[in-house]
Amino acid sequence: MTLLDVRNLNVCFGLKSGVMQALYDVSFSLERGERVALVGESGAGKSILGFSIVNLISKPGFIESGSIKLDGKELTQLSHRQLRHVRGKRIAMIFQDPMMTLNPVISVGVQMVEAIRSHTTMSKKDAKKIAIDRLAQVQIPSPELRFDQFPHELSGGMRQRVIIAIAMILNPDIIIADEPTTALDVTIQAEILELLKHMCEVCNVALILITHDLGVVSRVAERTMVMYAGRIVEEGPTLEIINDPQHPYTQGLLSALPQMALPGQRLNQITGSMPSLMNRPSGCAFHPRCKYATEKCSVEQPGYIYSGISTVACYMVEDMLSEFSEYDEV
Amino acid sequence: MKYSVKELSLLPISKQRWKHIWNGFLSDKLAVLSLVIFIFYCVVALAAPLIAPFDPYDPQFMDLENSEIAPYWISGDERFLLGTDAQGRDLLSTILYGTRLSLSIGLLAVIIQAGLGIFIGLTAGYAGGRLDNFFMRCADIQLSFSTMMIAIVFLAIFQTLFGSDYYQQLAMIMLILVIGLAEWPLFARTIRASVLAEKQKEYVDAARIMGIGPMRIMFKHILPNTMSPLLVIFTIQIANAIVAEAALSFLGLGMPVSEPSLGSLISIGFSYVFSGAWWICIIPSATLILLILVMNLLGDWLRDHLNPKIYKD
Amino acid sequence: MLIFLLRRLLQACVVMTVISIISFVIQDSLGDPVRQMVGQSVSPAEIEQIRQEQGFNDTKFEQYTRYAKNVLQGDFGTSYFYKEPALDVILKKLPATFELAFSAIIIIIMVSIPCGIFAAIRPKNILARFLMFSSTIGLSVPIFIVGIFLLYTFSIELQWTPSFGRGDTVLVFGIWETGFLTLDGLSHLILPSFSLAIALLPMFVRLIRSEMLEVLHSEYVKYAWAKGLSPARIYFVHAFKNTMLPIITIGGIQVGTLVAYTILTETIFQWPGMGSLFLDAVNRVDSPLISAYLIVVGAIFVISNTLVDLIYGYINPTVKLASHGL
Repeated sequence: MTLLDVRNLNVCFGLKSGVMQALYDVSFSLERGERVALVGESGAGKSILGFSIVNLISKPGFIESGSIKLDGKELTQLSHRQLRHVRGKRIAMIFQDPMMTLNPVISVGVQMVEAIRSHTTMSKKDAKKIAIDRLAQVQIPSPELRFDQFPHELSGGMRQRVIIAIAMILNPDIIIADEPTTALDVTIQAEILELLKHMCEVCNVALILITHDLGVVSRVAERTMVMYAGRIVEEGPTLEIINDPQHPYTQGLLSALPQMALPGQRLNQITGSMPSLMNRPSGCAFHPRCKYATEKCSVEQPGYIYSGISTVACYMVEDMLSEFSEYDEV
Repeated sequence: MKYSVKELSLLPISKQRWKHIWNGFLSDKLAVLSLVIFIFYCVVALAAPLIAPFDPYDPQFMDLENSEIAPYWISGDERFLLGTDAQGRDLLSTILYGTRLSLSIGLLAVIIQAGLGIFIGLTAGYAGGRLDNFFMRCADIQLSFSTMMIAIVFLAIFQTLFGSDYYQQLAMIMLILVIGLAEWPLFARTIRASVLAEKQKEYVDAARIMGIGPMRIMFKHILPNTMSPLLVIFTIQIANAIVAEAALSFLGLGMPVSEPSLGSLISIGFSYVFSGAWWICIIPSATLILLILVMNLLGDWLRDHLNPKIYKD
Repeated sequence: MLIFLLRRLLQACVVMTVISIISFVIQDSLGDPVRQMVGQSVSPAEIEQIRQEQGFNDTKFEQYTRYAKNVLQGDFGTSYFYKEPALDVILKKLPATFELAFSAIIIIIMVSIPCGIFAAIRPKNILARFLMFSSTIGLSVPIFIVGIFLLYTFSIELQWTPSFGRGDTVLVFGIWETGFLTLDGLSHLILPSFSLAIALLPMFVRLIRSEMLEVLHSEYVKYAWAKGLSPARIYFVHAFKNTMLPIITIGGIQVGTLVAYTILTETIFQWPGMGSLFLDAVNRVDSPLISAYLIVVGAIFVISNTLVDLIYGYINPTVKLASHGL
């Protein structure tokens, strides 16, 4: 049975100037222990998707329609109280900037223990034991000492380890990590990613990794979803998407990687910039920047189609596939 | 050091933005009402000698036979619309003159505050280093003693030094000076913070390379960019200065009974609250509260819409 | 910690020296102390002799050092009016002012914190809007009008509470006259302490609300929600503890305003505290009393500022006390 099943999720923001849609018909599923990456430029709606799973979208935002099922149980219908026991216990989150995530005036230990004790009836002493155990697991030296320290006494990488420890503390089913390494030094990024991957493997936890960095994706995730302007445009196994991207946007993203350029050559880039959610282009939202765009693209939104490699929402891929099948018939 | 309060962000305000702000202002009924009332106060204060039925400074109109007459709607005495005080002065006229005094003391005191604060703030921010450190430490210490306390102490000292008769002649100047000098840190800190923010920008370097003197850079280039926080502080500080003046006069350290401001009117009236002549106290109080209220509302509106972060204290 | 205390001590010395110089100037230039001492019926020659004996013809600097030495030994001179040591007169009035200020602070804490938090958590609630509206009005009502209004309503019209004085007091520990222990004392305390509190409340309610709102939008509060903590824990532990920091700093600054406001409150309610004593001393040109008051108030400022910084450092782990402080 799928662990998490998101169907036709629409998320909107109620603004003074009207309702702005941030997510369009997003559907995906996640198996137990699976690691999925959610990729796209900033503003594509990746974080909004991550936060809307546990209904933590910031204020004017709300889930307009769609379903989110965890183990078959509908999350969008839960009361605040019921939802609270999903957050942190079954679905844990890791935020982007470890400098801002931990409360500066509360000690690391207390912030760990409170996470345990708000979901279990464990005694303080037992909770402390578990917390110190977890600190050791995320390779923090002298965890007993760190337990009593305050966030400002720890380095950024150390803090992100603490946050991973807090995420793991109650053996959740899913961890949603929102750009967990963006705010860190490049040298530490790899370590933290490796740790995250290792912890997920050991504890059999599913991971949704939100990132804009395709280099990160290949190292951690088995499956990749590419988002553009609030919609998933391509979804499939990571390796295959990287080797043979189908959607023009994914192709653009990959060719824009610095590794793809030869020395002395200009870096590739996708011309134009992502539209703001306020004035989303008609049809396929990517068509103004797409070199393959046809008239159809500007009129109607393409549906999803399986290309043999990945599931894509693109007319060009659709046309190519139907051409192939015509050849097959002949 | 207590620099707990945030640095402020400043945007130079373009003409277009002013127009936008003005349109927003017109659509906010409470703000417009406040401005109308405030303008009304200003007009009345300016025109007090013309519209007041009596001259409260003229001893001829102090007739003890007319003392403590209730307002028109109670006593039916048509001569005195708002009644009279204990010395037989027409309350309406004294309030008109009192408002005039309170407003002018407030305005002049804040002009001194602003002048001093802007000068110190610009110097401290631009010069930096020891001078800056020294000024800001002074500001910290002065703020921790509170304006009211400093004003009370100094006015008390002056009063004892000069003797109360001589002091009464000087009261207005002393009030303006003391309230003006005691509140400079607010202006100075805000200006300093914006100078520090502006100083790093390239146009200041460019101006310096072009050989423009520091004075000219500060006044021509940096000061205009600090207009929006200044406007907000200016509005709120006038209200504060009027309250301070009223409180000092209430304590007997401000305007004398013969030349009453709103605060001294309330102070006089306070002694008659017990004997039932409530109007001598209540009507000037209401006048003062309404004035302060509309100024605070205007200040709040400006702060919310020009959105400068100001040093709170 | 030790460095912090030393720095504080140094700063206190500077502030107190400035205050003592001001006090000295007042005492020096006000009236003729010799005349005060001996009365009218003494010849100029005798006065000159006394001046010489008492050292009034020494240089100002010598006079100041003598004055400072006396002050350090607790000798502030003798009040002209009470004919008693000035410090004794003031310390006798200290309990009244202290209890007034203390009750006001308690009221402010008990009211502003729940109100401010509520207004921040439920900004759209009718009650919260009413709170914010009334605090805007409250901010515009000067303290003495609050006092007059309360006095007029509750003492004169309704006659629920006494209108002046401290009522019955009890002597505790042999030195402290408290009004907390008698019913009469407490009933006298209600109006003054409330008007003092009401004068400062609106500012604190607004401040707590705006700081709390800012904290509630922070990442760490969002993270606390993601951890599935209970709303009570998020509001009262995670958010409130951070809200406290700027409030404490500003509360420390407001100590000065509080002392100034006690003078006003004591005048309105004829509260026999240091404030009204000071005003009386000003009217009577009782210079030893004036300068003693200034020095006592200066000491109160220094002590309360140090206390505020200690509390701040206790709540905020990122502050090392040694590097903090004025």
